[in-house]
Amino acid sequence: MNGSDPASRFAPGTHPDLPPPVRTTGVIGWSRENLFSSPFNVALTLLGAWLLYSIIPPVLEWAFIKSIWVADSRTECWGEMEVPEEAACWAFIKGRVNLFIYGFYPVEERWRVNLSFVLLVLAIVPVLYDRLPGRRHWMWYVAAFPFLAAWLLVGGFGLPFVETDQFGGFMLTLVIGVTGISFSLPIGIALALGRASSMPTVRTLCVLFIEFIRGVPLITLLFVASTMLNYFLPPGTSFDLLMRVLIMVTLFSSAYIAEVVRGGLQGVATGQVEAADSLGLSYWKAQRLIVLPQALKISIPGIVNTFIGLYKDTTLVLIIGMLDPLGIGRASLADAVWAGLAREVYLFIAVFFFLCCFGMSRYSLYLERKLDTGHAKE
Amino acid sequence: MKATITNALALALMLALASVARAGTLEDVQARGVLNCVVSVGIAGFAYPDDAGEWHGFDVDFCRATAAAVLGDPKAIKAVTSTGKTRFTKLNAGEGDVLWRNTTITFSRDVGVKLRFHGVNYYDGQGFMVPKALGVSSATELDGASVCIQTGTTTELNLADYFHSNGMKYEAVTIETNDEARQNYTAGRCDVYTTDASGLAATRSTFTDPDNHVILPEIISKEPLGPATRHGDDQWSDIVTWVLNATITAEEKGVTSANVDEMKSSKDPEVLRLLGVEGNQGEELGLSVDWAYNIIKSVGNYGEIFERNIGVNTPIGLARGLNALWTDGGLQYSPPFR
Repeated sequence: MNGSDPASRFAPGTHPDLPPPVRTTGVIGWSRENLFSSPFNVALTLLGAWLLYSIIPPVLEWAFIKSIWVADSRTECWGEMEVPEEAACWAFIKGRVNLFIYGFYPVEERWRVNLSFVLLVLAIVPVLYDRLPGRRHWMWYVAAFPFLAAWLLVGGFGLPFVETDQFGGFMLTLVIGVTGISFSLPIGIALALGRASSMPTVRTLCVLFIEFIRGVPLITLLFVASTMLNYFLPPGTSFDLLMRVLIMVTLFSSAYIAEVVRGGLQGVATGQVEAADSLGLSYWKAQRLIVLPQALKISIPGIVNTFIGLYKDTTLVLIIGMLDPLGIGRASLADAVWAGLAREVYLFIAVFFFLCCFGMSRYSLYLERKLDTGHAKE
Repeated sequence: MKATITNALALALMLALASVARAGTLEDVQARGVLNCVVSVGIAGFAYPDDAGEWHGFDVDFCRATAAAVLGDPKAIKAVTSTGKTRFTKLNAGEGDVLWRNTTITFSRDVGVKLRFHGVNYYDGQGFMVPKALGVSSATELDGASVCIQTGTTTELNLADYFHSNGMKYEAVTIETNDEARQNYTAGRCDVYTTDASGLAATRSTFTDPDNHVILPEIISKEPLGPATRHGDDQWSDIVTWVLNATITAEEKGVTSANVDEMKSSKDPEVLRLLGVEGNQGEELGLSVDWAYNIIKSVGNYGEIFERNIGVNTPIGLARGLNALWTDGGLQYSPPFR
């Protein structure tokens, strides 16, 4: 034993913790553990790095470094490049951004769309954040929002009318998506409760409705909305096409929501309902206070999944001649001045949809974490 | 009491239905002040929106001509956008007053769908485009070629018939839209692209190297495109027919948007009748006497409409071909204004 052994300078049990070995912490440790832990992983990492290297620089170069932002036509755009078509021509999108956002909404009335969008954001905040002060009062506003927005967008009561076939672009997507989402959730929950009900008539009706809607593709329903209904209605009555589409989309998605919520209802133990019964709670109180909070919590991923699906399905309205962003894109590509720039158009639309859908997906994760009571199976 | 309410409701419903019973299309349009015109959701040169959302194109200009004749204002149109699948329903259900939408006149559409067609504003036909490097100068040399073709269209059937009757084989590369065709063709996944000749020209104009591609001389189908209206309104049908005829006659007689005012003092009696200086043809149609003058003044004659939208000096760059006047060896021929 050497008296100068540093360890002996500390009394037993008082030695401070040494830092962990360098090779197990920080960047090195992380990559050793996650990227190079086995020969197979080393190979995968190298392959991944090579893929990133071969994809990212050309994409950046195409989309940003060499791209052209100011031009009056495709030929002018390509003329500014060393090789035609080697980079993105964002001037096309820049010139048409208003068309993509507002569709054919009259220019002098577009402030109404902007205002509705601001109101939409104000309506979403209290729904998403339950710690907002005075949230209870905000909820009245949230409930009134769809009608307020409908009035703003369509007009009447002092505002000039804008026909709904002038709607288009991202605004149309938002109108269909937000309406579908906000109306299909309550209808879906009601249908799910109806399907689980012990009353035979209610149950049969709900089952029939759900199975009928689920048995038919959305595009078929949209065709029914756009073409068949005209034959059933007396000639000359024109029942607004957008209204028909909104109803069909809402019915379609509520059938799916109903099934998702039913899954959640089945996940609530029977003992919970029996406990509620033994406490003397009425059916509605038991559902509201005990069953639904648990069932909806379980259903969150499924519900959000349905919403994301619905949001993306709104692009199907292109097939019945409504100009959503894809429709605007297609129509724009028919302009001979710009035609041929399909990649720019579709990438731009993809970014918009990705932002919306990714946002919804992240919110659902946040909600799941917030509502987590430790019962989830790992 | 209950019966009374039911009766009242039934009566109200009947009144509501009676009040919407359709008057003539002309009266409807004039009362509305806007012509609802069924157009496509985007076909290069024929119908497309510009940066400001304003519709342009060969078909849209004929919509404007119709609006100029009926309402005196070429801007008073509303584009009712429709896909190939919904166009006839939109017309037959009354969402549109007239259809100017790149629509081939066929027996089944005229008779089966119960439409009324009013002449041909563009004679189209299916053709082939190949890269010059392929060294092909006739469609009969295409044996064994891979062909890009849109699915579910008559072009598919025409192609099969043509290759079969010439004893040739081909490999179909099926695509959905024009943009997809462009990508596949320029990437060399097919040797040939086939669709209507106007579509080929429009697609070729978007290439980085349009001069390296040729449209072969063979046209393998007849695609006469024309305007349509619903059955059952003969006055409105006459109006659409003679709007088209007026543009063709105007070109034949040399009346253009630039000289239409001078032409009012022309010595040609047909020009005078056309422009409403003599006779009352406008009133017989139910329109103002200067209906054709309004068309030509604001939109132009057939040749002007053609050259402005799809002619050789536009990016589409189509020659008149079959669409030249009959006096120039084409097929455009208007019955006389007499």
